[in-house]
Amino acid sequence: MSVTTIAPQRFAQRRPGWLARLFDYKPFLIIACLTPAIGLLLVFLTYPLGLGIWLAFTDTTIGRRGVFVGLENFQYLLTDPLWWNAVFYSVFYTAVATFGKFALGFWLALLLNNHFPLKSLLRAIVLLPWIVPTVLSALAFWWIYDPQFSIISYLLVDVLHVRSTNIDFLGSAWPARFSLIAANIWRGIPFVAISLLAGLQTISPSLYEAAMLDGASAWQRFRYITFPMMMPILAIVMTFSIIFTFTDFQLVYAITRGGPVNSTHLLATLAFQRGIAGGELGEGAAIAVSMVPFLVFATLFSYFGLARRKWQQGESND
Amino acid sequence: MTETVAPSTNLTSATPDTMEWDSRARRMVMIYLPLACFVVILLFPFYWMAITSFKPNAELLDYKTHNPFWITSPTLMHIKHLLFETAYPHWLMTTMWVAIGATFLSLTASTLAAYAIERLRFRGSPYVGLGIYMAYLVPPSILFIPLATVVVQFGLFDSPMALILVYPTFLVPFCTWLLIGYFKSIPYELEECALVDGATRLQILWRITLPLAVPGLISAGIFSFTLSWNEFIYALAFIQSSANKTVPVAILTELVSGDVYQWGALMAGSLLGSLPVAIFYSLFVDYYVSSLTGAVKE
Repeated sequence: MSVTTIAPQRFAQRRPGWLARLFDYKPFLIIACLTPAIGLLLVFLTYPLGLGIWLAFTDTTIGRRGVFVGLENFQYLLTDPLWWNAVFYSVFYTAVATFGKFALGFWLALLLNNHFPLKSLLRAIVLLPWIVPTVLSALAFWWIYDPQFSIISYLLVDVLHVRSTNIDFLGSAWPARFSLIAANIWRGIPFVAISLLAGLQTISPSLYEAAMLDGASAWQRFRYITFPMMMPILAIVMTFSIIFTFTDFQLVYAITRGGPVNSTHLLATLAFQRGIAGGELGEGAAIAVSMVPFLVFATLFSYFGLARRKWQQGESND
Repeated sequence: MTETVAPSTNLTSATPDTMEWDSRARRMVMIYLPLACFVVILLFPFYWMAITSFKPNAELLDYKTHNPFWITSPTLMHIKHLLFETAYPHWLMTTMWVAIGATFLSLTASTLAAYAIERLRFRGSPYVGLGIYMAYLVPPSILFIPLATVVVQFGLFDSPMALILVYPTFLVPFCTWLLIGYFKSIPYELEECALVDGATRLQILWRITLPLAVPGLISAGIFSFTLSWNEFIYALAFIQSSANKTVPVAILTELVSGDVYQWGALMAGSLLGSLPVAIFYSLFVDYYVSSLTGAVKE
C-alpha cells in the first residue's frame, strides 16, 4: 500500500479538479461504489437465475435454442421415477445429515466451551475438515469406503473380529446412502461446532450462577438457559446448513456419481447429469428450479429465526 | 472478537476436596474422552490420505503382511508421478491464478459496496445490504446450468477467466456482509474529523477507513481465497480442456481413470491440493474463526 508515501498536506488542497469534485458528489459516489458489486451480481446471479427459470419452460439443448413448452418439463419430471427418487434422497439426506451435524456439532461445541490446555490449538484442528476442499476429502472417503481395502472393514474384520466379511459400502443402495450421509456429517460438524461455540461464549455466566443458586441441575441449566439462548444462532446456522446440504453436489458427485443404479442422486447431481452431461439444458434447469420451493421454505425459517432474536435479547434491530 | 471468559461447567468444580478425584474422573469421561474421539474421527481421513500417499503400492494393497496404519518403507513415488508425469503443477498454477483473481475482484467490489452501504448511508441502503445478503442464499447448484449458457454467450467457455468472473457471485455477498460489520466498528468521528479537515470521501476511504479495517480485509481475503480454491461445480461445468482445469476437478476427472484406481497418486494429489489452504489456514486461524463466527453472529 502506498498510503504513507503521499504527503498529508494533500488534504488541504484548495481547488480540487473536476474529477475529484465529481467523486466527492455523494449520489455519484454511491453509484460508483455500488456498481462493481451490484453489476457482478446482476450479470452473474440475477440474470442466470431468471434465465434458469425461463430455460425450465423450454426444450433447450446444448447447441440448439429451445422453444417455450410450458409446463412440459415439470409434467415429465412428475412422472419420472428418477426425479422422485432424487427428491426423496435429497430430503432424507438433508434431514438425517442436518440432525447428525447439529447433534454432534452442538455436543462438540459444549465440549470445547470447557477450559482445558491447548484449547485454541484444538479449536483450530477441529475446523480442518471444513477448510480442505470437499472433493479432496471426499476422495479420501471414497478410499476409506473401498470395497476391498476399506480400513473400516479391516478394523471390523481383522482387528476386532466383529464381522466375517468386508462391508460393501458403496455397492448397494442403502449402505451407499448412509455412507454419503456419514461423509457429509463429518464435513459439516466443524462449521456447526465453531459457530455454536461462538454463540455459547456470548451467554453470560451470571445466568448459570443464578440458576445454580436456585438449585438447577446441569440438564435444567442446559434446557432452560443454554438452549433458549442459543435458539437465534441455531436458527441461522441451521438455515445455512439446510440450504447447502439440500443443494449439495460435490460429495455425491465425487464418491458415487449418483450410483449404484441412480439410488444416491441428489437433485443437484441429477440436474448436472441431465443438463450438462446429457445436454438437455431445459430439463436440467427444470430439476434445478424444482429445488427452489424447498429453499424458500428454509429461508423463511431463517427469517422467523432472526425475527425471534429481537424480542429475545431485547435489543433494537440494527 | 473478544473472548468472553469462564462460561458454564467449570463452575461446578467448587465441590468439597473429598470429591476431587471423583470429579476429575468424571471430567475425564465427560469431556476428554468424547473430545479425543471427535479429534480422532475428524482427523483420521487426513491421516489416511497422508499415509496412503507415501506408501508403496505393495503395502497399499496388502493388509495381511503390513500394518495398514503405518508405513514400513515410505516412498515419494506417487508424488513424483504426480509432479512429473501429469499436468498437476499446471493445474495448481491455474487454481492459484483463479483463486487470487477472484479474491482480488470480490474484495475490491465488496469493499466499495460495504463502504457505500455503511458509510455513505443513502435512502434504502439497508435494503441494498439485505439484497446482497440474500444473494448468499442462492446456491450454485441452481445457477450452474443457466450460468453455463451465459458463459458460452460471453465467449468465456473453457477459460479460467469465466471462473474469476463467476466466483464473486458467492464471494461478494459474504465479503460485503463481513466488511459492513467491520466498518460499523470503526468510530464515525474519525471520518468526520477528516471531512472537517477537507478530505474527500475517497481519501477518507483510502487513508482512514481501509487501514483501520485491515483485519476485516484479511478475514474476507483468506475466506474468499479458500472458497475459490475449493469451488467445484462451476469449474466442472465451465472448463473442458485438461490444461485449464482446477485441482479439485482435475484430480477427479483426469486422475480417476480405468478400473484400477491409482489410490497412491489420488491421495497424493488430494494431499498436495489441500496443503496450500491448510498452510494458509494455519497462518491465519484466528481470522478464520473470527470471520466465520462474526458472519454468523452479525
